[in-house]
Amino acid sequence: MKIEVNGQWQEVAAQDLAAVLAELGLAGAVVATAVNGEFVPAPARPTARLAEGDRLEVLSPMQGG
Amino acid sequence: MLKLYEVELGSRVLLGTARYPSPAILMEAVKASGTQLVTVSLRREAAGERAGQGFWSLIRDLGVRVLPNTAACHSVKEAVTTAHMAREVFGTSWVKLEVIGEDDTLQPDVFALVEAARILAREGFEVFPYTTEDLVVAERLLEAGCRVLMPWGSPIGCGRGLNNPFGLKALRARFPAVPMVIDAGIGVPSHAAQSLELGFDAVLINTAVSQAVDPVRMAAAFARAVAAGREAYLAGPMEPRDMAVPSTPVIGKAFLG
Repeated sequence: MKIEVNGQWQEVAAQDLAAVLAELGLAGAVVATAVNGEFVPAPARPTARLAEGDRLEVLSPMQGG
Repeated sequence: MLKLYEVELGSRVLLGTARYPSPAILMEAVKASGTQLVTVSLRREAAGERAGQGFWSLIRDLGVRVLPNTAACHSVKEAVTTAHMAREVFGTSWVKLEVIGEDDTLQPDVFALVEAARILAREGFEVFPYTTEDLVVAERLLEAGCRVLMPWGSPIGCGRGLNNPFGLKALRARFPAVPMVIDAGIGVPSHAAQSLELGFDAVLINTAVSQAVDPVRMAAAFARAVAAGREAYLAGPMEPRDMAVPSTPVIGKAFLG
């Protein structure tokens, strides 16, 4: 299915958020996730099903003021 | 000692981590500033780059506390969601709450700020709101559950120092027991010293250090200025006057005319 990952459309095979992160090469990375603007805590990722057209945000620590 | 939400910090410098020439210079600047609290943010992780992972390991190596921000958020929902995500990633309930209301000045949307602060405080966050010197807004933020205030000196990144010292003095005087950090607009160490002289508890600086020709040296300069400003505040500065007062005694002056 096609989903938007950090503003870019991508084809993914996985169905749940944890598996999508692994598919994106982000398994084990320190990131926070949101789907369609709603925060998805890390423990909820394996049961968070993604659907065609979902907007996924994957955020990580960055420099800030 | 500076105390923010029951945590004692050995330095009154809070340092931002953005826009340094290199990670190595950022690390050296953090050390030179003596800070024990640095601000950080959350941004999109580019696939394959893992830049965020490297940055996070660098910060952890420094052994300082982190204060995640909600920079560039323009709505209550965006700011609250960002705070939730930051709490999970950084493992802290501290959040520097920014809700931007105007793009040219990056002035906070104080109405949304109060609303977001109330939601987050209720959820157990310890909120550091980026606000203005407005007394009524300050009162609302305190009612909402904030126990620290971060009034701006002047717009973020402009380096103009304290735009409204009179208003800031009034804010300081109105809430003497609330820890206050001057956040934004500090350009040179004398601005930081002035902030501490006025009785503010700390300053948060970023661009003034990271964009200096020699950030590490500037960080050290800020550390000294902040220490001097604090000492001056504790020493009790004299009141300014409009007319001259001779400092050398007049009595006993010879008549030589």
